[in-house]
Amino acid sequence: MTNTTEGQHIASAFDRDLEQVTALIVKMGGLVEVAILDGAKSLETRDLELAEQVREADKRIDTLEEQINDVATTIIARRAPVATDLRIILSVLRISSNLERVGDYAKNMAKRTSVLAEMPRMNGSEAGLRRMAKEVQEMLKDVLDAFIRRDVQLAEDVRSRDLDVDQMYNALFREFLTFMMEDPRNITACMHLHFIAKNVERMGDHVTNIAEQVIYLVTGEHPEEGRPKGDRTPFVTEEGV
Amino acid sequence: MEDMHVTAQATDTMHDIKIKAKDVQVYYGNNHAIKDVSVDILDRTVTAFIGPSGCGKSTFLRCFNRMNDTISIARVEGNILIDDEDIYDRRVDPVQLRAKVGMVFQKPNPFPKSIYDNVAYGPKIHGLAKNKSDLDDIVERALRRSALWDEAKDRLHEPGTGLSGGQQQRLCIARAVATEPEVLLMDEPCSALDPIATAQVEELIDDLRQNYSVVIVTHSMQQAARVSQKTAFFHLGNLVEYDDTDVIFSNPKDSRTESYISGKIG
Repeated sequence: MTNTTEGQHIASAFDRDLEQVTALIVKMGGLVEVAILDGAKSLETRDLELAEQVREADKRIDTLEEQINDVATTIIARRAPVATDLRIILSVLRISSNLERVGDYAKNMAKRTSVLAEMPRMNGSEAGLRRMAKEVQEMLKDVLDAFIRRDVQLAEDVRSRDLDVDQMYNALFREFLTFMMEDPRNITACMHLHFIAKNVERMGDHVTNIAEQVIYLVTGEHPEEGRPKGDRTPFVTEEGV
Repeated sequence: MEDMHVTAQATDTMHDIKIKAKDVQVYYGNNHAIKDVSVDILDRTVTAFIGPSGCGKSTFLRCFNRMNDTISIARVEGNILIDDEDIYDRRVDPVQLRAKVGMVFQKPNPFPKSIYDNVAYGPKIHGLAKNKSDLDDIVERALRRSALWDEAKDRLHEPGTGLSGGQQQRLCIARAVATEPEVLLMDEPCSALDPIATAQVEELIDDLRQNYSVVIVTHSMQQAARVSQKTAFFHLGNLVEYDDTDVIFSNPKDSRTESYISGKIG
């Protein structure tokens, strides 16, 4: 399951270790996908119970990251992996830490849900955020598939889709700015919503990191820089809205 | 990160070619042991030869100081140039060649003589010392260079065979460097040593790189990864892949190399 390079290890326990660590990544990734979708859903439907579940589930994500670190450390200590095996271990460590960050952002979204539930709705912005979160979740699903299948093309595809997420974030940024300028009473809610939007945009960046890790795992080369970046908000001025 | 990689590459390519092997074939009777191998070994660089048992790596190593001449059924074809000089030219004296190309073997094999005489033997027969104090200097320098001086200086006239295994191996290295060779060949120099003696010999190999071109045959992948800058992988008499050691161990190009170094069934 783990090795696309033909041949199994003479020490079959090594293959079992690698399969185990891969299975943990898949499990962790699955939990993070659910957290993204549920976090966004709880925000839109103001479902506080669901928000609480997302916050709880983050503990399991963190535990899985620790477990993956432990297994990877053991493999390094006992097997001294080289070549593809080495790249698997390096990738697994980086993928798990990126997943952990995405999980944290999802938890943060759920935290803000409970605050936002007390405030007036911002004219459909929550639905926009949910669409953005859905896009990130689909990228994550694809990048995990790319990891399992060692599919460079799919990883490249995910990498390029981060541009869409950036553009969705730009649109929301402008929307929130407009709401705040229209009525200062919107500021608190819009600040929270903006943090959520920014966090979802960052989730996209972490998923992109994972995609780059998959490319490194398969090819042994780090992908070239020059990925299209779509976050234009650092350059926005009040006049330029 | 990018810059570091460039520097590592640059230092590797800065060195001149010390040994140039071209289209080398070795036969033991009808057995074609080395098949058409061409390789450039760099000066002031540690080059590791790796590969499964019987792949020809030791045979190839032994071509560099004509040790295969001592095996009657062995036949070497092709060219091996050290400093652009064909070492298989009939004018080359193998004994002189072996003073220039030193060798250390798998098992420490000190002569049944004193520590001093073990090291002094080579310089004496090659007439490298003018007088006794000259010889003393050579012995001290060789023992210092092989990191054995401190442990041996008070017992120079005791038998070399009385040293521990790791010390004996360093004595053999001292013996090899005493004739001021330019190339040092090591055939599994640590396989009979414990981890501490191994670490000492590896540290020594890294020091020796300042002055020599070192070629080491090893069965330990980790040792090749630790001590060498260049690695050559041999399989069934062929040179499969030859590249910077960090490339071989992180991203080998040939699937046979990958299988071998990661312990996979081909």
